Amino acid sequence: MQRTAWKYYPRQQDHNTEQNREKSPACVQLQLMMSSSFNIFRVGISVVIMCIFYKSAVDSLSELSPQKYFSTLQPGKASLAYFCQADSPRTSIFLEELNEAITPLQDYGISVAKVNCVKEETSRYCGKEEDLMKAYLFRGNILLREFPTDVLFDVNAIVAHVLFALLFNEVKYITTLEDLQNIENALKGKANIAFSYVRAIGTPEHRAVMEAAFVYGTTYQFVLTTETALLESIGNEDIENAHLYFFHCKQVLDLTLQCRRTLMEQPLTTLNIHQFIKTMEAPLLTEVTEDPQQVSTVHLQLGLPLVFIVSQQATYEADRRTAEWVAWRLLGKAGVLLLLRDSLEVDIPQHSNVIFRRAEEGVPVEFLVLDDIDSLISHVESNVHIEEIQEDEDEDTKSPNMDVQDDEVAETVYRDRKRPLPLELTVELTEETFNTTVVASDSIVLFYAGWQAVSMAFLQSYIDLAIKLKGTSTMLLTRVNCADWSDLCTKQNVTEFPVVKMYKEGKNPVSYVGMLGTEDLLKFIQLSRISCPVNITSVQEAEEYLSGELYKDLISYSSVSVLGLFSPNMTTAKEDFTEAGNYLKGYAITGIYSEEDVLILSDKYAATLPALLLSRHKEGKIESIPLANSHAQDIIQIITNALLETFPEITVENLPIYLRLQKPLLILFSDGSINPQYKKAILMLVKEKHLDSLTPCWLNLKNTPVGRGILQSYFDTMPPLPLLVVVNLHSGGQVFAFPSDQAITEQNLLLWLKKLEAGLENHITILPAQEWKPPLPAYDFLSMMDAAASQHPTRKDPECTKEMDVQENDKKQHEDKSAIIKEPIETLRIKHWNRSNWFKEGEKSFRHDNKEL
Amino acid sequence: MRLAAAARLWGPPGLLLTFALHPALCLRPARTAAPPHRDYCVLGAGPAGLQMAYFLQRAGRDYAVFERAPRPGSFFARYPRHRRLISINKRHTGKANAEFNLRHDWNSLLSHDPQLLFRHYSRAYFPDAGDMVRYLGDFADRLRLRVLYNTTIAHVTLDKDRQAWNGHYFILTDQTGQAHRCSVLLVATGLWVPNQVDFPGSEHVEGYESVSVDPKDFEGQNVLILGRGNSAFETAENILGVTNFIHMLSRSRVRLSWATHYVGDLRAINNGLLDTYQLKSLDGLLESDLTDLAVVKDHEGKFHITLKFFLEESNQSADAITLPQDDNDNFAMRVAYDRVIRCLGWKFDFSIFNKSLRLSSSGEFSKKYPLVKASYESKGSRGLFVLGTASHSVDYRKSAGGFIHGFRYTVRAVHRLLEHRHHHVPWPSTEHPISQLTNSIVRRVNEASGLYQMFSVLADVILLKENATAFEYLEEFPMQMLAQLETITGRKAQHGLFVINMEYGRNFSGPDKDVFFYDRSVGHTEDAWQSNFLHPVIYYYRHLPTEQEVRFRPADWALPRPTAIHHIVEDFLTDWTAPVGHILPLRRFLENCLDTDLRSFYAEAMKVGAAPLIITGLAAVTRQK
Repeated sequence: MQRTAWKYYPRQQDHNTEQNREKSPACVQLQLMMSSSFNIFRVGISVVIMCIFYKSAVDSLSELSPQKYFSTLQPGKASLAYFCQADSPRTSIFLEELNEAITPLQDYGISVAKVNCVKEETSRYCGKEEDLMKAYLFRGNILLREFPTDVLFDVNAIVAHVLFALLFNEVKYITTLEDLQNIENALKGKANIAFSYVRAIGTPEHRAVMEAAFVYGTTYQFVLTTETALLESIGNEDIENAHLYFFHCKQVLDLTLQCRRTLMEQPLTTLNIHQFIKTMEAPLLTEVTEDPQQVSTVHLQLGLPLVFIVSQQATYEADRRTAEWVAWRLLGKAGVLLLLRDSLEVDIPQHSNVIFRRAEEGVPVEFLVLDDIDSLISHVESNVHIEEIQEDEDEDTKSPNMDVQDDEVAETVYRDRKRPLPLELTVELTEETFNTTVVASDSIVLFYAGWQAVSMAFLQSYIDLAIKLKGTSTMLLTRVNCADWSDLCTKQNVTEFPVVKMYKEGKNPVSYVGMLGTEDLLKFIQLSRISCPVNITSVQEAEEYLSGELYKDLISYSSVSVLGLFSPNMTTAKEDFTEAGNYLKGYAITGIYSEEDVLILSDKYAATLPALLLSRHKEGKIESIPLANSHAQDIIQIITNALLETFPEITVENLPIYLRLQKPLLILFSDGSINPQYKKAILMLVKEKHLDSLTPCWLNLKNTPVGRGILQSYFDTMPPLPLLVVVNLHSGGQVFAFPSDQAITEQNLLLWLKKLEAGLENHITILPAQEWKPPLPAYDFLSMMDAAASQHPTRKDPECTKEMDVQENDKKQHEDKSAIIKEPIETLRIKHWNRSNWFKEGEKSFRHDNKEL
Repeated sequence: MRLAAAARLWGPPGLLLTFALHPALCLRPARTAAPPHRDYCVLGAGPAGLQMAYFLQRAGRDYAVFERAPRPGSFFARYPRHRRLISINKRHTGKANAEFNLRHDWNSLLSHDPQLLFRHYSRAYFPDAGDMVRYLGDFADRLRLRVLYNTTIAHVTLDKDRQAWNGHYFILTDQTGQAHRCSVLLVATGLWVPNQVDFPGSEHVEGYESVSVDPKDFEGQNVLILGRGNSAFETAENILGVTNFIHMLSRSRVRLSWATHYVGDLRAINNGLLDTYQLKSLDGLLESDLTDLAVVKDHEGKFHITLKFFLEESNQSADAITLPQDDNDNFAMRVAYDRVIRCLGWKFDFSIFNKSLRLSSSGEFSKKYPLVKASYESKGSRGLFVLGTASHSVDYRKSAGGFIHGFRYTVRAVHRLLEHRHHHVPWPSTEHPISQLTNSIVRRVNEASGLYQMFSVLADVILLKENATAFEYLEEFPMQMLAQLETITGRKAQHGLFVINMEYGRNFSGPDKDVFFYDRSVGHTEDAWQSNFLHPVIYYYRHLPTEQEVRFRPADWALPRPTAIHHIVEDFLTDWTAPVGHILPLRRFLENCLDTDLRSFYAEAMKVGAAPLIITGLAAVTRQK
């Protein structure tokens, strides 16, 4: 498609947006492109990560010689040592992971060391070759186990393996259902069991279980398996995830009965297991007679809510049975208490049978009236999930998340959705009021759709305009919401949003096609006040018109006044000019003069009739252009070109107009206003027609700070300013820089341009012909449907819809990740809010199936 | 043809001119021998015929509607017998959007006149059939549609002629023997011939079309109703409180419309009998093939049910005929009935069409309908289109094409097809820059009534222009004709296309499904493809599918397999404008199909470099003139 022109770097923070929103929500639909910048950003992150590793490596891993190491070993203390060649590289992936493991292992009283095998002091633990190096676990100076380094692939594996070896007696590893039944039978009436399934040894879940076993190993019998068949045989099909069951065997006195089992529903993390076991330890049901607000149990400390079943003496037995039943079902999710209404001093509403107290402090208790146990359970469950939501957040940021609003217009509109707009400053029109209103008064009508972001952003600008024009304009500012008045909009030929039209009595509406911002719309409204073209009736009036006197207040909106000169009999030419004038209504000041004495003017300005006079008020110049045989379209073109400046300051807003000329840009980058010398030099070149094949312009970095980013992408470092470059956008994409050691003079420039033309200059960079790519992939519903059709488990991973090769796809995903990281926090929060709710729904149904085991 | 030219200047003067000319035209045949000619002949001034007349008139075409009754809508003058229509007349939706409101207006025809909305004719949610007759009469009168009343077309034949648009003319002969010659024949006669089953004793059976509607006539009687459609239940509903019991007999199981989301199945408003049956009253439902039955009248005038098989066995007197209970003493229908009522629906009247038209029935499962293509054109003769209820074979038991709220759109589609075929007026479309792509879709899926009512039959089509910088938007195209899109519409589909359809979830509904199952709604955008309730689905094709691909598409698919597909997640309010839940995933889908970025940016943000950007060539900062 089109060639890349300017590059910018991704924003690091979001603080700009709010500000901009306040300033001017001039909303444009500018096509942008971001992928190449992402690469840079990603590199930045990995550098940071490397630094962290390097730093910790220096700080904490003790490096010892074998002799020294063995002398430090204390009886009964465990120690993990990695033996390596002294001359081996100082860093490796394994060492990085080992470093990570130092602190967690120290928490369990296990020291970690790196032992350098120097030649003089050989040890039998020192391998011969680099790849035979191993880590060894000692208790005192007794070797417990040796680990090949590839078993200890990451910090989780290191901690898990070490604890697994040390807790050999406390954690029973089993492979069959029979093993499990034997253990169960042996412990009935004696102790409870914590049985867990992990997919593999060394996984984060395995580590979590081992860490729990380190703490609780003496209280409960820990049993571990990696056998999927065993998990399935106790009725759990979800072999993809790790699971932990608590077997309530201690209270089973009848050996023929099975131990009750409670499945831990949270993911297996050390903290979750700790919390789960704590709740298993807590009494199943507590009877209380105090104010529910004052009661405290271990559940509250663990962030779990309390459920009070309200009972009274008369129904005590039945209530207690109910409460026990509820307690079993809520085990691990909430604390259940039986509250005796009769002996309570606090008032409880008459009909409420359940009191729900959240773990958060200061939240008042809820008095509920529930019909059955199921509704009680679901009430509790729907409130418990708030906890888990926060845990999900980490994971979310890792995968490319397509729910992130990356359209800044949509994002700000969404964020401001609750801020009321002072809509009363504009008149809302309906199907009934529209026709009468636009006939009765000159009106600007904004056609918009309430659901469309750009519309709503522009509505804000429109209101700003209404504030600005309040009491000064005869123009009525009105709006039509096409989401409500669809037929009206269709009748007015509005098929896209937003659209602004001006209705002046008895005339066809004029569509506004400028920028969607307050300033530009204001200009349009002001310039539309006069007819286009204005009929000039005398030579004197024509002179006033040309000098800018006639429409003084409009000169600030258009620096050029156009006057068509015709003999009274040039009917066709006049019609063409009038048509062109009508077309440019709101964008240009045009006038027409065709009185008998028109020759006075044509003689004075050396024009051959029919002709155009262009009065450039800024420069105080009047030029003439012959119009012979020019059709309306040609005249429009002539005037449009005339409105362009010869050496404009380029801004984000006007860039596209100049790009439309399809010529290479000669840009002078300037920090602040332009040096008049340079300006003079370039204007001279323009005058001498040396720059006809270029679009000369300049960019003020103070007004358009983004220019810095552009320069940085042209040069690797920020070059000294001012700087002149030629950017060949439309063919080739080469960027040439005027040598910074030369003065910007007419002669030097001319010489340089000649060399450029002759192909003697080397370009400093070529802008890649990048296209405008989708910022993120879409859901691949087709694959999901295929997967479902072939009865495989549905794949919900976001995938790119496009068929592309794997490599490209991979690259894309990477880029996406970095894109996510730089997203403003606010949008992330919106996304999480949505996500979490969805998770909640999804999990609820999942839970129902796995309830009783 | 003069007519066409005159009416093209649409507006009141044009209208007058048209009617001034009209009588002159009618007089012409009297003077000449050739039958009077019309470009378009519409058979029947029911809702579909009037709807077509409206479009033809608006387009300034030469047409006439032939109606045998003195007023429009004669079917509704008689049916439903108990006068309550089961098409909803929802007068309030809380929205001003007229197009959206048509989604919940099942009785109005399409017109430009807001006075001609059915809600001005009745306040009842289930309106009286008399109001429909009045409405149709007003529709024809106010719009001055050219209807020839009291004209019964008794015979239709073909007259081959190379000059004719379709290679032949249709010759219509009325009751007076007057012939009419037509270039295009639009059959909107509906289904009006009552279905009858031929079995011994069927002469004892009363028909729905003539049975008494006065409950007093059923006081204390045992009633057997044959049939299981809305007319059967409507009849039962009327007499439920006065009979001893009602038994209802039909071949198939009852299909509940809220389980099938097909409005032609049994509507909850008529299902009082189901309620009492399941609550152990004496009423009940039975299943049996009616063609195996026989009805025997005993000496007391009561009716006994037996099998045809027993009658064939021996030729005995009425009281001695073997009854099923003789062998099987707990046979369900062993009681004697006072009345047997037939409510078996209606079928198309094939009898007036000459064999040369090759207008045949639609096959075993929809025998009552004539066979048509997805464009509603007869498979047998070019230029013959079937409109309205009779065209329902296209979407029988699927969508709403057999009902006013559905066929008013399919009639419009047929008219658009004809406009292009005979008058070189391409299918209406609007052209937009690609930046409006998401907007166009969001707008339509939120308000379009044709897409909503004729889900999975009519779909919007977006035709991309070269390099996907712009697109054309075509509304309500018969999606099964997708392969023929270019010839039907006169638009080019060379650079890829999107099809916007509305669909229910694949496995959601059906006659025996529990549509109220727990967790039936999908909320997560990632699971949108599993949505159960009606939701928008967007298909993307790089190339127009071929006829083969459309015909041999995978089972359960509304269209051939696309390059990519997007489901907008179902919404409880059918309001698909949530910025993150609906619009954002749609934008991502469109972006990835087109391999482009469709976001909007603030100019201010770019000035300070807040957005990472590279401005490409002719970026549309200002929309170009």
